[in-house]
Amino acid sequence: MDITELQEIAEKERANQKEIRVHCCTSTGCRAANSMGVKKNLEAAVKDHGMSDRVQVVGVGCMGFCGNGPLVEIDSKEKLYEQVTPNDAESIINSLNGGGIPTAPEGDLKHPFFARQVRIVRETSGKIDPERIEEYIAAGGYQSLYKVIHDFTPQQVVEEITKSGLRGRGGAGYPTGLKWATVAKMPPGQKFVVCNGDEGDPGAFMDRSVLESDPHRVLEGMAIAAYAVGASEGFIYVRAEYPLAIERLEIAIKQAKKLGILGSQIFESNFDFKVNIRIGAGAFVCGEETALIASIEGGRGNPRPRPPYPAQHGIWGNPTLINNVESFANIAAIIREGAEWYASIGTEKSKGTKIFALTGKVKNNGLIEVPMGITLREIVEEMGGGIPGGQVKAVQTGGPSGGCIPASLLDTSVDYESLAKVGSMMGSGGMVVMDQDTSMVEVSRFYMEFCRGETCGKCIPCRAGTVQMYQALTKIINGEATEADLVKLEELCEMVKFTSLCGLGQSAPNPVLSTLRYFREEYLALLKQGVLNGKVAVHG
Amino acid sequence: MQSTTTKNSQKSTKEHPSGDKRFKALDITMKRNQYRQDALIEVLHKAQESFGYLEEDVLLYVARGLKLPLSRVYGVATFYHLFSLKPSGAHTCVVCLGTACYVKGSGQVLEALEQKTGIHQGETTPDGQMSLMSARCIGACGIAPAVVFDGTVAGKVKPEEALEKIKDWGINQG
Repeated sequence: MDITELQEIAEKERANQKEIRVHCCTSTGCRAANSMGVKKNLEAAVKDHGMSDRVQVVGVGCMGFCGNGPLVEIDSKEKLYEQVTPNDAESIINSLNGGGIPTAPEGDLKHPFFARQVRIVRETSGKIDPERIEEYIAAGGYQSLYKVIHDFTPQQVVEEITKSGLRGRGGAGYPTGLKWATVAKMPPGQKFVVCNGDEGDPGAFMDRSVLESDPHRVLEGMAIAAYAVGASEGFIYVRAEYPLAIERLEIAIKQAKKLGILGSQIFESNFDFKVNIRIGAGAFVCGEETALIASIEGGRGNPRPRPPYPAQHGIWGNPTLINNVESFANIAAIIREGAEWYASIGTEKSKGTKIFALTGKVKNNGLIEVPMGITLREIVEEMGGGIPGGQVKAVQTGGPSGGCIPASLLDTSVDYESLAKVGSMMGSGGMVVMDQDTSMVEVSRFYMEFCRGETCGKCIPCRAGTVQMYQALTKIINGEATEADLVKLEELCEMVKFTSLCGLGQSAPNPVLSTLRYFREEYLALLKQGVLNGKVAVHG
Repeated sequence: MQSTTTKNSQKSTKEHPSGDKRFKALDITMKRNQYRQDALIEVLHKAQESFGYLEEDVLLYVARGLKLPLSRVYGVATFYHLFSLKPSGAHTCVVCLGTACYVKGSGQVLEALEQKTGIHQGETTPDGQMSLMSARCIGACGIAPAVVFDGTVAGKVKPEEALEKIKDWGINQG
């Protein structure tokens, strides 16, 4: 396979694509609302109307507006239909002939939810069939991989990624270029590239969507990374809770291998790269990189102290590069458009875009890709449409490791530093909007219950601390706590934060600390309630 | 070279003494992974898929096949939440308790189910008809609250809808 063959595939595919493409979402969210039934009826309707020569129904990945699925889009006419039922299919196809109006509600693609998005990672998500490599190639796919193998030295690739300012999208925000440079500098030999798709944060589904909608984009990013750091083997670690993502990755790897884009002598060069899928088994801690390595090796997912970092000592002791799904999905675009272009988007220290899973009480639920530096208010109120009949009380970002940002700080800019400053974190991209009905003390107990259940048990501060904090929070909620308990809770938070072995324990107190910082009165009200109810004796 | 081929073919034709055909599926998975010890999690996934849960006999069989100590196999099987050492019911109902689902009231859905069936999450009804489980997050946050009935995801589930669904399975306890 060389560049002309790649372009031939792209041209052939483009020539075969029909004039009108009807996109029907086949990702998890829409599937749950019977999008497969919709697709079947759309196909039947096209046949019945004898329009097969110019209309084609395509099962595509996620379009983002998951709260209003199933979604059907008429690509060339820029029309989007929401909450489509199989019965609406006939009228949608009929309308393409100018026959009447579809019975399904039409979405507003000019709404800020769509209009304010900047799509880099999700540029072809919801536009192409994720189960056909030809569609990805027709959209310009795998050209960046070809470019780096033939025009770049590994050193130049690392420099390009460093210049782009891309930072790890898994949450911590470590500069991606620096990570690549560390692995690249290790002496030649067996090295590994790992894609971390163990998206465990409750309320986050960006990685699921990217893997389901555009698996080739992730594979291309991994292959470019492997070329840059000198690895010949890679692993994608995906949660077992994401069966569709696993299925589509398997198809994608098979197709890429067949065309000689993955495997040995990629694009007729001497670069080899083999990718294996590893399926998780439901342990949140495996998102931590050293635990992830232990799990890939087939063991219990226990983290270990760092250093040595995986970049020096990873899978079976070999240098290993670990990046998040979204980080890898940015790579092909950076190579194609150049580092300067990427660095021109976002803020001074946080470049590019970030995908968020906007959920909770907000009106418009779904996935959005926004430039860094946008404010929370713009996301929640403009794009999300606020809370119908309610008031935003807090926005939770960063999952069990993050914090709750109160409504008064909605003008905070969304970038790594600003979010950390207000006591939360970027995290992997979950953004849960809460209203006045949500008790913040219960939210922090909810996360503590999560961490208590997910602690691996290796280090004592996390194993015992999360149990103790959970009990203290329960005592407060039951109105049986005194101020001494609150003081103890705060002490526990500090202890667990500073003495735990890995990120899970170190960040477990964050939801408690951030709610104590902004919603302390709710804790105090519960303490008072206890005294009033006579459950707690008042000490002089 | 020849000796390894015969050894492998012997291994794959050797049947489990119980004559249970499901062990054959395990053999195939182990062979496909070249009996590599790091394939333990993949093999356990397959075992759970074929047997429904990981009984002691299966763990012993996997340990022997991959030449791992039983303690290691048991350790991995108990570490990961998705592996179950107890048999599950004929039907499974998984309520998502992720943040988005929780904020949108999945707690009430779970409560209604617990009340109706008289069992708690993680348990199976005494007649073995249904297992009630909860998940940390199934990534279907856009359609919260989500419940998985026998592997099919349902979105925006109200407590009464969930009860209706399990009624179709013939569950009327409590």
